[in-house]
Amino acid sequence: MEKITVEATVENLQQVVDFAMEKLEARDCPMKASMQLELVIEEIFVNIASYAYESATGDATFCVDFAENPDTVFLTFIDDGKYYNPLEKPDPDITLAADERAIGGLGIFLVKKNVDEISYERKDDKNILRMKKFF
Amino acid sequence: MEIKKELNGSALTVQVIGRLDAGSAPELTKFLNAELDGITELTFDFAELQYIASAGLRVLLVAQKRMNKQGSMKLVHVNETVMEVLEMTGFAGLMTIE
Repeated sequence: MEKITVEATVENLQQVVDFAMEKLEARDCPMKASMQLELVIEEIFVNIASYAYESATGDATFCVDFAENPDTVFLTFIDDGKYYNPLEKPDPDITLAADERAIGGLGIFLVKKNVDEISYERKDDKNILRMKKFF
Repeated sequence: MEIKKELNGSALTVQVIGRLDAGSAPELTKFLNAELDGITELTFDFAELQYIASAGLRVLLVAQKRMNKQGSMKLVHVNETVMEVLEMTGFAGLMTIE
């Protein structure tokens, strides 16, 4: 398993994405799955940067691991921020017309759509979000 | 991200080039807030838009809500990657895409 810890600010998003893309490329992850994973990483990281530490800042740790047969990537995000379980959020109603659609809630919905498994755990005052995707 | 605009009377075409993500979305919001007064036809040209995340979708939704009041809006030249995100979120059904 490989990991990177950065201050959870939107400015550091690219650093985390680049870290992940490098590992995925080394595993010959197809372009389409890579793009989907990039979106997943952005949505989660930006959520942490926006909500976890309120007005203060803190760290976010991102871990990536792989398995073979079938090719699988495991992504884990850990932060020390306040309790935040993104899976508790109800999915947006995607059948509504523009005027009825709420502006928020799309990020985590996109994450759920683009991974095969996702789970949340609150442990030792940390938010731990684990995801698994076959590629 | 880079933004290019072309104004023809009250028709505005906005070319969004590169990535529309959490880092760049505020810039597009600012641009639209400054440019949409009096516009009745808004076209987003996504020929060179490679990537869109939820922050970008939010900007499109806000623009769509506004244009529903003052005219019309459409997206053109949407690539496959961006289209997939629009479809996943139901945006493909609530926006005009050509």
